[in-house]
Amino acid sequence: MRLAHRFAIENENIRSDAVEITEFPFLANKYRVMGVPMTVVNESIFIEGALPEPRFVDEVLRALEPVERTS
Amino acid sequence: MAFIRESDKRKLKPILDSLTNPVRMVFFTQEFECESCRDTGALLGETAALSDKIALETYNFQLDKDQARQYGVDKIPALAIVGARDYGVRFYGIPAGYEFSSVLDAVQAVSSGDSGLSAATREKLKAVTQPIHIQVLVTPT
Repeated sequence: MRLAHRFAIENENIRSDAVEITEFPFLANKYRVMGVPMTVVNESIFIEGALPEPRFVDEVLRALEPVERTS
Repeated sequence: MAFIRESDKRKLKPILDSLTNPVRMVFFTQEFECESCRDTGALLGETAALSDKIALETYNFQLDKDQARQYGVDKIPALAIVGARDYGVRFYGIPAGYEFSSVLDAVQAVSSGDSGLSAATREKLKAVTQPIHIQVLVTPT
């Protein structure tokens, strides 16, 4: 949690929410949360568990990669 | 009922005394259909009372629609932690237990305006020129 908020402080294009999902069960259903913490980046990258800073930043930045086209 | 015990207040004091710049805790709530709103408001009120650097602003989610839009708040209870600018730091749901220490951590970082990240991470984040929205989903501890 803390890393995500610190990323938001570092870069004005990043915003970060901590969400207590037992209060928002529709989000738990939407993202099919099986364990916490689970991090959702731009609705496209899903990170399970807590990662150390160097790995977390790499995972978050995957959201900027162009979407692969399968067709 | 007090949410922050006296013994905890003593532990919090050095953290809160270290705040450099003012921080606003912008809180969105309502009185009905929100189980944790009242407790969240009480917890934040007790927290703000511990430091003259922390100001609590409370808005009604239903009535104060302009402010809700301004802060991008779409569910409640919602807390924005705002410093020299709005860094996009939000908490949804009651920030009790471990999440409370995350609030304090965010207050400290927002107050200083310094992310405290490593040089390598800062360098990588410079590549972010498009919007990124991170949601960290947690449960109460």
